[in-house]
Amino acid sequence: MRLNRTKLFKSMNLSIFTLVMIFLYIPILILVIFSFNDAKIIVGWRGFTLKYYTLLFQNDAIKSAFWNTMLIASLSTLISTVLGILAALGLENKRFSGRKGLLALIYTPLVIPDILMGVSLALLFNFTRFNTGMLTVLIAHITFCLSYTVIVIQSRLEGFDYSLVEAAMDLGAKPSAIFWRIKFPLMMPGIIAAGLLAFTLSIDDFIITFFTSGRGFDTLPIYVEGTIRRGTITTINSLSTLMIGFTLLLAVSTGRIRKNLFNL
Amino acid sequence: MEEIRIEHLTKDFGGFTAVDDVSLVIKPGELYSFLGPSGCGKTTLLRMIAGFEIPREGRIIVGDQDITQLPPYQRQVNTIFQNYSLFPHMTLFDNVAFGLRIKKIAKAQIKEKVRDMLALVKMSDQADKYPDQISGGQKQRIAIARALINEPKVLLLDEPLAALDLKLRQHMLIELMNIHDAVGITFIYVTHDQSEAMSISDRMAVMSKGKIIQQGPPDDIYERPASIFSAFFIGETNLITGEVTGIEDEYVQISCPKGNGEFVEIDSTFHFTPNIGQKLTLSLRPEKIAISRYKPRQQDDFNTLKGVIEDILYLGTHTQYIVRVGELKFRVFSQHKRVYFDEKALDWEEPVWLFWHDTDTWLIDEVTEDATDDSGISPESAPYHRTSKRSMI
Repeated sequence: MRLNRTKLFKSMNLSIFTLVMIFLYIPILILVIFSFNDAKIIVGWRGFTLKYYTLLFQNDAIKSAFWNTMLIASLSTLISTVLGILAALGLENKRFSGRKGLLALIYTPLVIPDILMGVSLALLFNFTRFNTGMLTVLIAHITFCLSYTVIVIQSRLEGFDYSLVEAAMDLGAKPSAIFWRIKFPLMMPGIIAAGLLAFTLSIDDFIITFFTSGRGFDTLPIYVEGTIRRGTITTINSLSTLMIGFTLLLAVSTGRIRKNLFNL
Repeated sequence: MEEIRIEHLTKDFGGFTAVDDVSLVIKPGELYSFLGPSGCGKTTLLRMIAGFEIPREGRIIVGDQDITQLPPYQRQVNTIFQNYSLFPHMTLFDNVAFGLRIKKIAKAQIKEKVRDMLALVKMSDQADKYPDQISGGQKQRIAIARALINEPKVLLLDEPLAALDLKLRQHMLIELMNIHDAVGITFIYVTHDQSEAMSISDRMAVMSKGKIIQQGPPDDIYERPASIFSAFFIGETNLITGEVTGIEDEYVQISCPKGNGEFVEIDSTFHFTPNIGQKLTLSLRPEKIAISRYKPRQQDDFNTLKGVIEDILYLGTHTQYIVRVGELKFRVFSQHKRVYFDEKALDWEEPVWLFWHDTDTWLIDEVTEDATDDSGISPESAPYHRTSKRSMI
């Protein structure tokens, strides 16, 4: 009896695992395969081609959307990570009386629906007669990335062994040296994780960007949505494939960098 | 080399006085220990010398420099932390080099010094490893190297062996002594382990409740405890309360109640002048008492008591007997030499004779009913609590 039951659980485990993997990766796999398919619409396999990749690199609208995305993602990552570091360091002091309240304020955007955030930001920009465009998108992205970077960096500092600071002080290090030689390197894994998270969130964002970009400033998600609505999805497949490749590369390389540079 | 003078040092946290008006002088090159139960203020005292805590009152003077208010990074003092606190993101080489790099010393010189230091602590071949790749004892060595490379005037060690297992602890204790001999600077050693303090120290201070109870060389404190606390905390002892009934030449007779209105008379020599009728405490180390089933030949300068064995604990190096004399209980250590029981081993409930030399009775000018509860020592470590015969098995 008992043996049968364990067998049953084992096979259930395996089938659930398989199902999850199928739902996660089969769509991506299909997308990758069809990016090489020589057909305008998904109707079945019509032969291998790299045509849509060349088309992709010739399309100026895609190129500009790509550079916009990269610019917004890099800037919002940089700014929200730096602000995140400063906020986490400021919130480190447990004796600071407003600590809990401030943390709650920082965390709240995490649970606010994107649509709400997008609409409210759009209203704000409209109300203050701010011209929508690159700057408003950037501000919006920094706003929603900040909550994430603070959380990630702050949780890294939470378990920080303060005796390391004392040890450094004991060995002659002044506060500035302690920060740059001890604290900052030890925060680095948190900082990298926060930056990576912010970067992915920013590249990925559609809803908030949609409400704050206005006309004439497209990021990739906005462009993709517009193109699909008009019906051509072939270049989108190849574009998506490239993006998947890029993200994978990013994930793998940051893991490597972390291990090699910081032993953490 | 310089002397360390601590003058009237006081530190409190909230309403709690951790260190209470402590004064002491540590001689140049000495290995000096602060010994006491947890919460006695020994670590706070050490942290004030390191500069991590600023005292409310008092001064710390190294040589002729008052360092009381200096930040840690301006003191020529280095610390070995209890958990070593090695920097996890640096190789062992970088850990040891840290202090020199802060001082912006030339690279070639750093390399040479770190190499010498790693050789001193026998870690030369591990320089490129990270702290999480080495054992506790090795971390300990790196912590020592990292501190000593700065050529401090004083090395502070905060319970440095607490995280190691027993065998390694004994080994590292000897290494520490060797390193102390090699570098020749002053070591200040904090521990709650009395055997550790006894074996390593030139002198030590026994602390309780923020105050120094007694200071001196280990043998002095062991053989001549000045208070019930130091008698009880250092080693093991029998504490008996009594009243002085007679003084003759260098001998004093003390009458100790043994229950039911009866008394035993115990003779002692004295190091302070007692008065007739004065109440005081006798400290009698268990290893000074001889035990036998035969009555010893009467000798004037020996105490002889008759009792009954209540408990026997075989401990390998010696056996511990608990002997009942009236309601008094004596702990006695006896080694298993053939000469002591060449016929038959002593047994439970057997009547025995206890005898010891008068000079082995030590007088303490203090009476406390429950010295053990007062000292912050748990009841488990107090004498006479192991009465079960099962512990023999």
